[in-house]
Amino acid sequence: MNKPDTLEQFRQQTTDWIAQHYPPQLRPTPGASGEDPRQLKIHEADWLALLAKQGYLAPSWPREYGGAGLSDEQVRVLNQALRKAQVRSPPISAGLSLLGPVLLEHGTPAQKAQHLPKIARNESFWCQGYSEPGAGSDLASLSTRAELEGDEFVVNGQKIWTSHADAADWMFCLVRTDREAPQHEGISFLLIDMSTPGISVAPIRLISGPSAFCQTFFDDVRVPKDNIMGQLGQGWTLAKQLLQHERQALGSIGRGDARRALTLPELAAQEIGINAAGQIADPVLRDQVAQCELDSLALRLTMSRSADEARAGQGSAHIASTLKLYGSELTNRRHELMISLRGADGIGWEGPGFTPAALRTTRQWLRAKGNSIEGGSNEIQRNVIAKRLLELPE
Amino acid sequence: MALILSEEQQLLKNSVRNFVNSNFPVDQVRQLRDGDDALRYSRQLWQQMAELGWAGIIFPEEYGGLGLGYAELGVVLEELGRSLAAQPFLSTVLLAGNVLLLGGSEEQKQQWLPQICSGEATLALAFQETGRFSPWQVETRAETTKDGFCLNGEKRFVLDGYGAEQLLVLARTSGSAGDKEGLSLFLLAADTPGLSITPLSLLDSRNAALTTFDNVEVQTKHLVGELDQAAIILEPVFDGASAGLNAELLGTLSEAFERTLTYLKTRQQFGALIGSFQALKHRAADMFCEREHAISLTREALRAIDEQRDDAALLVSAAKARTADVANLIGRESVQMFGGIGMTDEEDIGLFMKRARVAEITLGDARYHRQRFASLSAF
Ligand SMILES: Cc1cc2nc3c(=O)[nH]c(=O)nc-3n(C[C@H](O)[C@H](O)[C@H](O)COP(=O)(O)OP(=O)(O)OC[C@H]3O[C@@H](n4cnc5c(N)ncnc54)[C@H](O)[C@@H]3O)c2cc1C
Repeated sequence: MNKPDTLEQFRQQTTDWIAQHYPPQLRPTPGASGEDPRQLKIHEADWLALLAKQGYLAPSWPREYGGAGLSDEQVRVLNQALRKAQVRSPPISAGLSLLGPVLLEHGTPAQKAQHLPKIARNESFWCQGYSEPGAGSDLASLSTRAELEGDEFVVNGQKIWTSHADAADWMFCLVRTDREAPQHEGISFLLIDMSTPGISVAPIRLISGPSAFCQTFFDDVRVPKDNIMGQLGQGWTLAKQLLQHERQALGSIGRGDARRALTLPELAAQEIGINAAGQIADPVLRDQVAQCELDSLALRLTMSRSADEARAGQGSAHIASTLKLYGSELTNRRHELMISLRGADGIGWEGPGFTPAALRTTRQWLRAKGNSIEGGSNEIQRNVIAKRLLELPE
Repeated sequence: MALILSEEQQLLKNSVRNFVNSNFPVDQVRQLRDGDDALRYSRQLWQQMAELGWAGIIFPEEYGGLGLGYAELGVVLEELGRSLAAQPFLSTVLLAGNVLLLGGSEEQKQQWLPQICSGEATLALAFQETGRFSPWQVETRAETTKDGFCLNGEKRFVLDGYGAEQLLVLARTSGSAGDKEGLSLFLLAADTPGLSITPLSLLDSRNAALTTFDNVEVQTKHLVGELDQAAIILEPVFDGASAGLNAELLGTLSEAFERTLTYLKTRQQFGALIGSFQALKHRAADMFCEREHAISLTREALRAIDEQRDDAALLVSAAKARTADVANLIGRESVQMFGGIGMTDEEDIGLFMKRARVAEITLGDARYHRQRFASLSAF
């Protein structure tokens, strides 16, 4: 535990550090519409590199693995400082948010040394090979198989909805290593180098347009035996643990604090106007904006409460399902509202008559639909809550 | 400070729960409702709780209180809310008591706060006149006279107004209805000539009164706080009271939810427990999820008051808006999931729904608090 005064010092230090280093070009300007997306990307990359250098992309990881070695309290203070400064938060990525924490706990020393520092510096990019055409919600019915031949697994099969498979350096992948064993016990967790011969990737076009979504095919792909995480046949346990991190991360999107553009009230003021009392002029929309904003506040508080509970050994890890459910529904609601606020500008797809920000809103609205499907659909989260937290009968 | 209960708070919670379990069976709501005492709560149990220190939990020790915070008060109220225990916490402690604490002269505080803490006196705050919580919408007038003031007007929904020894009355001393300025508070004994207090029955069977003031004479020394400046006292009082009421409501909705879960695990139809039907499971999961967020906001609001934070008012409104909506959701859904038995007076679940409705409306409904949240967030 940190003494409060040192924690306060840390808060001051990080606040100062952010103020000194955050690229001013990333600050949104109300009413501005002509930001050049390429310029923004460059400044964003600069900012991520600065965060990475401090170990702030993976603040709780040990320094030897590229983290900042911060305590839970310090991580919380760091997040508060980032939010207060309204800067772009560290990204949610498969490597940082999903694999990292599980690898830290279950990886071999060699696996950790090989992968964690690169993930923490944002130098290696990961994708998640869970879903298959026949195994979505019923993930444990997956059939991509891996057979041990000497020192290698030989992998054959197909994954789908693999976000960023086309750009990823590595994939963490669920494979069936034992077809005789009961369904959940025949699954193993492999780390696969995406440059291995036999892997091919085909992008999928989404309702939101070209995307990072892919199909991934495995044709006699040879993976070194040492690339298994955990024991043979133990993959399902790790897979579920990782899903909890994923659910937490997906829920956190709903907080709406990553300052990509105008806040919801700012957008409403810009699009709808404000009355003499300084209020969003349309009372119905104002009420809906207030609902979204106070629900985001509730979500942030529940996330920090569940972290407090976990630290005190109370509560259940399945609370991640609650955060995912609430957060992703909120994200959807927020985007529905954004698109109504933009009016006819919200239905533009391309062409000079539309601002980049409006075009982004349209695509984000569509992409947000995926939040309630990915990471286990919200119906599956409700099943988990009913079974694990409420203990309702089968 | 963490959003979980400290060890001391956990101990307090356990002792309140024990007290509540042995003294406040839910059926008491029916007994009080159907009995002939218009007070609608047990003065004897109030006395006992005061002896345990709970009536004075937030008041300074110099006035006979425990000098603890809203977080602790919230623990007590949440437990009371679980059993639907009617007690004059909101009226005497959170409303009237706090007005005196924040606005009273030293003499007024010395006279009344120790009696509140010891359970000897109950007080009520008469402020509301319209059908909605709109605290500055006051038409009751206090005209200046030779040696004080003369009050005329009517107040509705005076919580625990029947049986209170003293009433704190909000009246207009200048300006017109709706103005925040120009309001003043007066302390009157219940037997003051011209004052009439008529008990009313609300949906939750608790005590609320209609009070009328017909040329009621009040001496200047019974003015509480500065002339025309009552709003300055009342704003934080309403925030504290809403935060406390929220904690009570959280207890009520939690108990209703848990009773519904128990029912889902015991009632059989089609040869199966009804809790095995996915349509009900998913709705139960939604209720759980909503409740988790109401808990977080409610606790944070109490904590913000204790820490005297700038965002306390904003959090109180966020918490009241959310908790009220969740309470109504759970009220509705629980009666539905109990089926026909849920419609009967014999089954307790309807009592929870009724109380939740009253608590939602009291001190501003969800819509009121969302709008206030928006104003406080400057949009
Ligand atoms: C944006 C996005 C990104 C993704 N990224 C990845 C990734 O990187 N890697 C990866 O492996 N996967 C990824 N996925 C896949 C995702 O995990 C699956 O889409 C998801 O698990 C649902 O599976 P499915 O699509 O096969 O739908 P299905 O399982 O076929 O579900 C169809 C519908 O039936 C409902 N349903 C299914 N079972 C039940 C049940 N028991 N009770 C009630 N309702 C039920 C579902 O909720 C859904 O509404 C991604 C998906 C999206 C949308």
